[in-house]
Amino acid sequence: MLDFLKPPIAAFQDFVLLSIRAVRNIFRSPHYADDIFVQMDVIGVGSLFIVSLIGLFSGIVMALQMARALTQYGAQGQVGSIVAITLVRELGPVLTAVLVAGRNASGIASELGSMKVTEQIDAMRALGTDPIQKLVTPRLIALAVVLPLLTVISDFIGLIGGYFIASTMLGLTYSEYWTTAWQALEYNDLAQGLLKPFVFAVIIALVGCFYGMRTTGGTQGVGRSTTSAVVTSSVWIFVLTAFITYVWNIIFVKQ
Amino acid sequence: MTPADSTVLRFEDVSLQFDATVALDHVSFDMRPGQTYVVLGAAGSGKTMLLKVAVGLITPDSGRVSLFGQEITHLREQDLFEMRARVGILFQEGGLFDSLTVAENVAYPLMNSHVAHSNASHSNGNGTARSVQDRVRESLRFVELEQTLDKFPNQLSGGMRRRVGIARAVVSEPALLLYDSPTAGLDPITANTIIALILKERDLRNTATIMVTHRYQDGHLMANFRYNSNNGQIERAASGSDVSQVSTKFLVMNEGRLVFEGTEPELQASQDSYVRKFLRVGGA
Repeated sequence: MLDFLKPPIAAFQDFVLLSIRAVRNIFRSPHYADDIFVQMDVIGVGSLFIVSLIGLFSGIVMALQMARALTQYGAQGQVGSIVAITLVRELGPVLTAVLVAGRNASGIASELGSMKVTEQIDAMRALGTDPIQKLVTPRLIALAVVLPLLTVISDFIGLIGGYFIASTMLGLTYSEYWTTAWQALEYNDLAQGLLKPFVFAVIIALVGCFYGMRTTGGTQGVGRSTTSAVVTSSVWIFVLTAFITYVWNIIFVKQ
Repeated sequence: MTPADSTVLRFEDVSLQFDATVALDHVSFDMRPGQTYVVLGAAGSGKTMLLKVAVGLITPDSGRVSLFGQEITHLREQDLFEMRARVGILFQEGGLFDSLTVAENVAYPLMNSHVAHSNASHSNGNGTARSVQDRVRESLRFVELEQTLDKFPNQLSGGMRRRVGIARAVVSEPALLLYDSPTAGLDPITANTIIALILKERDLRNTATIMVTHRYQDGHLMANFRYNSNNGQIERAASGSDVSQVSTKFLVMNEGRLVFEGTEPELQASQDSYVRKFLRVGGA
């Protein structure tokens, strides 16, 4: 009767098993350091420009939107603090992660998917290499290191974008903007802003690898996996950011 | 030695199913050292699954598979790596890693720690320790592709990729070689070159060989021809005195079931309509 539930539950079980193996492999040899650095380069350095660009414009847009609202209350001096808080807590992590999901969850899924359909994954196992150790774990480590760094860069460039608007349109001085921005941030916000990209990195890497590794049906299958990887990881990023924010507020924010 | 020890590969009542499709249906056979098995079957008859189950890439739903006398059905992946180091596989499209050069592809089985161990003991036995590079060159020379060392697989033709795949399969000098449709999608001349290489490997090192194919000619060549190491030619084996004729067996698969097992004369005498279809198509 509940047969229709079997495939999604089985898929989730496979995902959990893959995640456990991938994480366990971090502490097991052999370690493929070369692959980790290659992935860091592909994902981190490769995404740097686009992430910076998006960061800059999200800061500009935030400042523009807030400038109008704040001017009504004569509080345009607070634009720095609002841009800083929204960027560091929420927009920076989410926008960066969605961008990297679109760029790299798809890349990972299509690369591993092509390897799967051309029997390279089987060949790897036949030649004595654990494909999870060789392919999944390096991508997981690389993303977990690189995505928080990208987020920090994106946040900072976003703040610069906000400063550009604050100084040109609102006539704020350098110290007016940066002092309010700096003072608005608490360690709490920074921690939240670093935890999120770390969690998103794990999701992007595992979801991308998961869909790649279970690709079937030739080149068409690779296309399907790629789409699923991007959609699934993006949805999870939004679900998890809401969840983390909710839990964070309960635990750390004293009302 | 128990009987199990003298078999290279043994299937006991092995079944495997994917959703509604039966891939293997109660398959049993025994393979001894030096034997050649030719597995014939239409597309989707379970031939490839047979090979994947044989090296534990897929675990069967029921039944037992033994490799070199040891049951592998319930082994963990880590333990399987050591067993697989003694088996060479040629995948259907070659299965080469396209991010690695030809030389790196062929060296892959040797760079691996699991194999490195068994190689160490191997070279001690020979008294000559050869470097990885030498063995890669030697293996590529074997398939006559020494000039492609630094190329990437996507720069090679289909037949050349297949040959590099053979070089990678034989480089670790395995005791059992599995070929998955080595001639599929190749023109007849290239196909014969591939079969000649398979014969050469089999007859030079007396490797147990399983070849999956849908072409009867391939099996006919395997059963009736041999590699003459004196002149480097493939020649028809002298009838009667020939060893490979006796040691070459044919398996015919249909929808996961083993519908025929026997020698070539027995195959030709078979009255089964499915089996006869292959003989007609082949027309060797």
